[in-house]
Amino acid sequence: MTVRKNTGLIRIENVSHTFNTDTGVLPVLDDLTLSVPKNGFTAIVGPSGCGKSTVTRLVAGLLKPDKGTVWLQGQKVNKPRDTVGMAFQNPVLLEWRTILQNVMLPLEIVPNAMSSAEREARAQDLLKLVGLSGFEQKRPSELSGGMRQRASLCRALVHRPEVLILDEPFGALDAFTREDLWQTMHRLREEEPFTGVLITHDLRESIFLADEVVVLSGRPATVQYCQKLKQRGPKSLDQLYTPKAIETLNILREQIKIARKDEEDKL
Amino acid sequence: MRQLAVPLFAIILFLLFWEMLVWVNGWPNYKMASPSDLWPAFWRFKWLFFTFGWETLWRTVLGLIIAIIIGVLLGMVMGFSKVVREGLYPLLVGFNAIPKATVVPIVALMFVGQHDLNTVLIAFMISFFPIAVSVSIGLSTLEPEYRDILRALGASKFTIFWKIALPKTLPEFFGALKVAVTLAFIGTNLMEIVSPHGRGLGALFDSGKTNSDYPLMFAVLIALAILGIALYYVVVFLERIFAGWAERQAD
Repeated sequence: MTVRKNTGLIRIENVSHTFNTDTGVLPVLDDLTLSVPKNGFTAIVGPSGCGKSTVTRLVAGLLKPDKGTVWLQGQKVNKPRDTVGMAFQNPVLLEWRTILQNVMLPLEIVPNAMSSAEREARAQDLLKLVGLSGFEQKRPSELSGGMRQRASLCRALVHRPEVLILDEPFGALDAFTREDLWQTMHRLREEEPFTGVLITHDLRESIFLADEVVVLSGRPATVQYCQKLKQRGPKSLDQLYTPKAIETLNILREQIKIARKDEEDKL
Repeated sequence: MRQLAVPLFAIILFLLFWEMLVWVNGWPNYKMASPSDLWPAFWRFKWLFFTFGWETLWRTVLGLIIAIIIGVLLGMVMGFSKVVREGLYPLLVGFNAIPKATVVPIVALMFVGQHDLNTVLIAFMISFFPIAVSVSIGLSTLEPEYRDILRALGASKFTIFWKIALPKTLPEFFGALKVAVTLAFIGTNLMEIVSPHGRGLGALFDSGKTNSDYPLMFAVLIALAILGIALYYVVVFLERIFAGWAERQAD
């Protein structure tokens, strides 16, 4: 396990968590420690069901850890905070609202001094940034899966959150759309500074988007391996096929294999 | 144009078939009425039709409004609390399984003489169930992510209900309301027919029955159908306004 000095905008310190299910207690996280620096972007990968989503829910303040502490900007997280934006695999757009109204939703919840014209302008800027100009008045059902996910990203960012939590946002998209959205993520990161946590099953996605990839062990999960990535900023897809990238992917793949083996051993 | 012409043509065809059936079999009026008898029957009692029709309508609508209020409230508590749902569900199903025709004499005896109260009560009792069930199912099947996108921003429970749970349940609610409208009419008429000295279209039907006046009975049925259709389309109209988004554009 990698031990690092824990300074960061997001800090998870020695967190353990257990779920009570019908079949008994299920330990999900075991003494997990990791941190994300300001404006950093960390991808979390690991075997299916190892507790990755639990990590996002803890950071978002939707769950309280049984043991340990989650810190956000130096403050203990014990309830949801409006400095967080979230996007899930399911874009969960509200069907009775237009795309523009969907993106504006957080501005109706988070206290802010924006007029309705300013809110609209803000939402429109973001939609333009992700290439959805001209779709403002459409209903979610009229958009493709990739476009819906773009709108969902805009909604997550509209209130300028410090932290963006992405729980497998591209998991249900086809490969081409996914690669398009990776590029969009780079563009968003350039224009809208945020500190990001990305849960993913896709190792290529993790090294393409993040500054650091964290491999979680099998359940109950803890940090098994950390891989810092040199490159930052926009990347082209070609860079996924350089010898260096392939080497990194192989290391990560090997780590996932160990994590899965570890899970089998724990069962 | 076609939208109006096709159903109109179907209705005319149906009436002609009915008229022919009576005519070919040579049924007298005390056996079966034909469509041509209906208008005279209506005209003879037209004031009764209007005053009784109004009585039936307002009782049905009042019963329905109470059913909506109680049904939505019940659906809300059942939708939000698993314990309440588990506790209330068998009771409600049991209550709904009782044929309301058997409840009518009980209620009529309980509140003897209070015809308005009796009728509204039965209209309510027969129609709140689908509303309660649809609202509770709509709320309990709300995907957790929908709640989480607002909860993660620190939204209150009420905000989540108002902005997400309520609008998301509206299509199911209106679906149930369409069923409830028809049921409420059944409830009102059951009471009006059974209750002695009743008023309303049901009572008119009953007096037609006592006099073997088939044209009158059938005219009442047609009047009830017209009221039912009118109320149904009021619901459809409200649905278009409040839940029109749920209707997919035909492609």
